[in-house]
Amino acid sequence: MSMPFYVSPEQFMKDKADYAIKGISRGRALVATAFAGGILLATENRNPNLHKISEVYDRIAFGGVGRYSEFDQLRQAGIQHADVKGYQYSREDVDARSLANLYGQYLNQVFTHEMKPYEVEILVAEVGDVIDDDRLFHILYDGNVAEEDRFSVIGGDAAAIQERFESQFSAEWALTDALKAATGALTGPDREVGDLEVAVLERGEPRRAFRRMDATEVATLLG
Amino acid sequence: MTLPMFPVDESPGPNFAGLLQKLGLAPPVPLVGELDDIRHGTTIVAMRYADGVIMAGDRRATEGFSIAHRAIEKVFPADRHSGVSIAGAAGPALDMVRLFQLQLEHYEKLNGAALSLEGKANQLAQMIRGNLPMAMQGLAVVPIFAGYDLRRQTGRIFTYDVTGGRYEEADFHATGSGGRDARTTIKLGWTENMDRDSAVELAVQGLYEASEEDAATGGPDPVRGIYPTVATITVEGFERVGDPDVAERFRALIQHKTEAGQL
Repeated sequence: MSMPFYVSPEQFMKDKADYAIKGISRGRALVATAFAGGILLATENRNPNLHKISEVYDRIAFGGVGRYSEFDQLRQAGIQHADVKGYQYSREDVDARSLANLYGQYLNQVFTHEMKPYEVEILVAEVGDVIDDDRLFHILYDGNVAEEDRFSVIGGDAAAIQERFESQFSAEWALTDALKAATGALTGPDREVGDLEVAVLERGEPRRAFRRMDATEVATLLG
Repeated sequence: MTLPMFPVDESPGPNFAGLLQKLGLAPPVPLVGELDDIRHGTTIVAMRYADGVIMAGDRRATEGFSIAHRAIEKVFPADRHSGVSIAGAAGPALDMVRLFQLQLEHYEKLNGAALSLEGKANQLAQMIRGNLPMAMQGLAVVPIFAGYDLRRQTGRIFTYDVTGGRYEEADFHATGSGGRDARTTIKLGWTENMDRDSAVELAVQGLYEASEEDAATGGPDPVRGIYPTVATITVEGFERVGDPDVAERFRALIQHKTEAGQL
């Protein structure tokens, strides 16, 4: 009879985490920041029709980095959850916090019980009536949920991008400044800007606040 | 609530009604026999004009011979470029509108692009067919669906029967208990490529004549400040004509009729 190899729980979890992090770091990062007129989400994306940023509900947007098929599955589940909740109760009752918690629970369950963890990081953003009511939730591959203040960077090379972005950041800035800072931070000093995917959640919109910006609009804003 | 994660081969996809069924939130309708004394909505009209389509409806709901509500809405935006108006049993009709609006939004969000106008019209037909058991008990819902077709760049109108039959109208249509009178009025005044002003005017006239002849159709109510709903759908989207504008048109119409001694 052969003895199974012993792997300590710590090592087992660490291996899974390393695997997930490796997968995520291969993808391009995503920046979200509050600005005077709403929340801006921007990411580099070489597949213009495979979106990383998407509308979830009236005031809620989704951003995903890592393995596309995995975060897209989570995106769809988020929309299904939000639409059913709004149908059962009311549109006002759909909020980013509970959605972020559900993502956290699901990713945690997959991370602990399945062989292969999800190679994704997720951002759930909700625009408020005033900038202090904006919400940004960052969910990791292991289901860890963190609430971020004013801006958030997720995905590969996040630490360096975050540093570059933070040096430019100012509260209640205008959309153009926020977009320029986000693009600058995403590309860095030694690279040209690639294909951008940009969307905003507009503050004060009565119903659906999400708006995708096309390439010409982005180019005009970047000047 | 939990996150609705489905195995790949069991996912309802962008179908919201299918999703509700999967989650056990769409219980089957029990057969209870003929219902009476339920609320009914009445006259709705739609017509093509130069920039797109106009939809309009009166505001009265009746329960048998009494007025149940003086200000219900019968014309709704379905999404940015289409609208739906309802005649028939108010309860199931309003629920159908809500579900239809959600279905279009749900599809658009999951799929990343909106359905074609034709696709939306077919979707509504399926929902009406699903309501057939209720229609057999007297809870019929007969909507008009209209919108601006971005691909063909024109306004289009679809009408339905209780079995889910879907018919495209060439120029205009009116339905509900006062629909016949409204339709005749519009038929006499309609011309190709009308401008917005005369199209709104004609819709107002149609509803006025319907309220004259049909007890269940509400006319203008200057005492309470309640006027029929009029909305336009163009390339810019669904837009309601403001109440003061509609009120002024009814006032002018009544004044014209009074001065001319016309009945």
